[in-house]
Amino acid sequence: MKFIDEYRDKDLIENLSSQINKSVIHDYTFMEVCGGHTAAIHRFGIPSLLSEKIRLISGPGCPVCVTGTDFIDKAVTYSEMEDVIITTFGDLVRVPGSASSLEKKRVKGADIRVVFSGLEALEIARANPDKKIIFLAIGFETTAPGTAVTVKQADKEDINNFFVLSAHKIMPPAMEAIVSEGVNIDGFICPGHVAAITGSSIFGFIPEKYKIGCVITGFEPTDLLQSILMLITQVNNSSPFVEIQYKRAVTVKGNTIAQKDLKEVFEPCDAIWRGFGVIPSSGLRLQNNYGKFNADIQVPVSIDYKEDDSRCICGEILRGMKTPEQCPLFANICVPENPVGACMVSNEGSCNTWYKYKIVR
Amino acid sequence: MNDLISLNHGSGGKQTHELIKKVFVKKFGMTEPLTDSAILKEMGKTLVFTTDSYVIDPLFFPGGNIGKLAICGTVNDLAVSGAEPKYIAASFIIEEGFPVNDLVTIAESMADEATNAGVKIVTGDTKVVEKGKCDRLFITTSGTGILDYSQEHISTGKRIKPGDKLIINGPLGNHSIAVAGARNKLSFTTPVTSDCASLNHLIEGVLKSCKEIHFMRDLTRGGLAGVMNELAGMINSGIIADEASIPVDDPVRGVCEILGFDPLYLANEGKLLIVTSAEEAEKVLEILRSDALGAFSSIFGEIVPDKRNLVVLNTSVGGKRILDMPSGAQLPRIC
Repeated sequence: MKFIDEYRDKDLIENLSSQINKSVIHDYTFMEVCGGHTAAIHRFGIPSLLSEKIRLISGPGCPVCVTGTDFIDKAVTYSEMEDVIITTFGDLVRVPGSASSLEKKRVKGADIRVVFSGLEALEIARANPDKKIIFLAIGFETTAPGTAVTVKQADKEDINNFFVLSAHKIMPPAMEAIVSEGVNIDGFICPGHVAAITGSSIFGFIPEKYKIGCVITGFEPTDLLQSILMLITQVNNSSPFVEIQYKRAVTVKGNTIAQKDLKEVFEPCDAIWRGFGVIPSSGLRLQNNYGKFNADIQVPVSIDYKEDDSRCICGEILRGMKTPEQCPLFANICVPENPVGACMVSNEGSCNTWYKYKIVR
Repeated sequence: MNDLISLNHGSGGKQTHELIKKVFVKKFGMTEPLTDSAILKEMGKTLVFTTDSYVIDPLFFPGGNIGKLAICGTVNDLAVSGAEPKYIAASFIIEEGFPVNDLVTIAESMADEATNAGVKIVTGDTKVVEKGKCDRLFITTSGTGILDYSQEHISTGKRIKPGDKLIINGPLGNHSIAVAGARNKLSFTTPVTSDCASLNHLIEGVLKSCKEIHFMRDLTRGGLAGVMNELAGMINSGIIADEASIPVDDPVRGVCEILGFDPLYLANEGKLLIVTSAEEAEKVLEILRSDALGAFSSIFGEIVPDKRNLVVLNTSVGGKRILDMPSGAQLPRIC
């Protein structure tokens, strides 16, 4: 298949792995920030191709994983309302809140619909004028422009029953939170699709301030291997900088149209990240002039949630400080069908991918 | 186990098996291993007996409808046990207000498929329930067939040994993707049609000429990955599979790439796994490929000694990963 097979060429991959393994002169720890990278790394069995001196750890880039319990609890509370239809991306339904999950509420009869985009949620709003449609807007700079376009469209059509519960987040503050705590990382495999929107320049502070290399990476096995090779070269030369491997999608400036939409509809706010707590200016909420679509304002609810299970080490896993196998709950109490932390929930979550694709060397 | 039934209990993965074991196997006093059909010895003959319910949404999809599916599914459950399917019973639960014309179309498909498979629909039942008490139409079919004593080992896989080869009869995932498309669940159209087909003639051709068929199973819910995991546990061995040798049609691959589905876990309605001796594998392949329903058959894996019962996939790019038992329904990924 075009645009797929050329990036999965076995000879090319063998060549890249052998170049990587020849370049290794000591131990390296690289963090893949994006959950899509984590899933691809395990799906293709990338670790089994690499020298044991290279350690890949998963960062905070699975949007479902970092969504706070408070958000799930709010969504669950909304789902209990008679006149509400919840519209959500698929993998959020399994995320446990403090007392329940959307999946459990659906079993009990709540109207919860999986959508592929905000525009699909808007379609449901048009078809159900007597219901309140609440769209659970999660995701990073990649997904947020889609929500922005949806809100603008709802405004244009003057739709009165469509509301956004936003947990959209932006990536750089979380990456800064990681490095500023002094975690031992030699390089970042940076999120390619985030950078396609924002441009590569948003990562500039990492090599400048923290002397850690960044390679913006695509999602195919050759992309990942080429990026690992680029990072090793940066480390070996002691010359960290922002390098674009994913040149077919990413530029320095990014997608300026999407950036404009984002700026018009959203403004930065403090946000809760599961495992990190509050990170200042890391979230996106609707601007005041789009307040009529803000679920928090238009359909206010109060929630009372308990703290997360104290044994769950989701936070440390997302910081790259521990691996899932170091968690006392992993694979016995916390399994995909009964997830404790959000890392086990999403297909992209660190614990879920470790559980599913246990690495074979 | 959760107190309430969720959709995950029906997805063919871990929760389905747990439910069946904890509720039905225990309460009905059934014996394991659980096979696709019961094998019954009465009056000097060996009969196989199976039943299956069809609740598919939508009722009509590219490549078939609920009626065709209800015949193929039951015929295939009998055929993969090594039996010759003979008689089918069909029960209908119909929601008030269902169009008679649709019922006629569905019944015609069932009759056509029964003729095609060489089975007779001999008895049935019809119930109509009030609007809202079922979703338009549910069909349950039961079937019996005759099993030659020489094939009795097939459903339990007890003759499987290390070195045996795994074969599939064509590309995976078409049924799941065709149905998802017909549900308007995709925001784009696909040219994919369901692989829904009766496999008994294909299987008959193989069994007639090959004496070392050690196991067969149709690849419905849970897909190839689910069946391989079940098999590995059943025979206390491991399986090594080669991703590059597992055929997947491009449109199915494309949809899977976009939504983050894995074709190895998707349901099929006209695909089966055959385990055969290494010596006979090429011959089986040749026979399969001579039939339209097996034209893209492929030898893709091997049984290996492994007390951990792992199913390991050699990925198409040269890596390795473990294929686990499916858990819950596959959900689309956000990014």
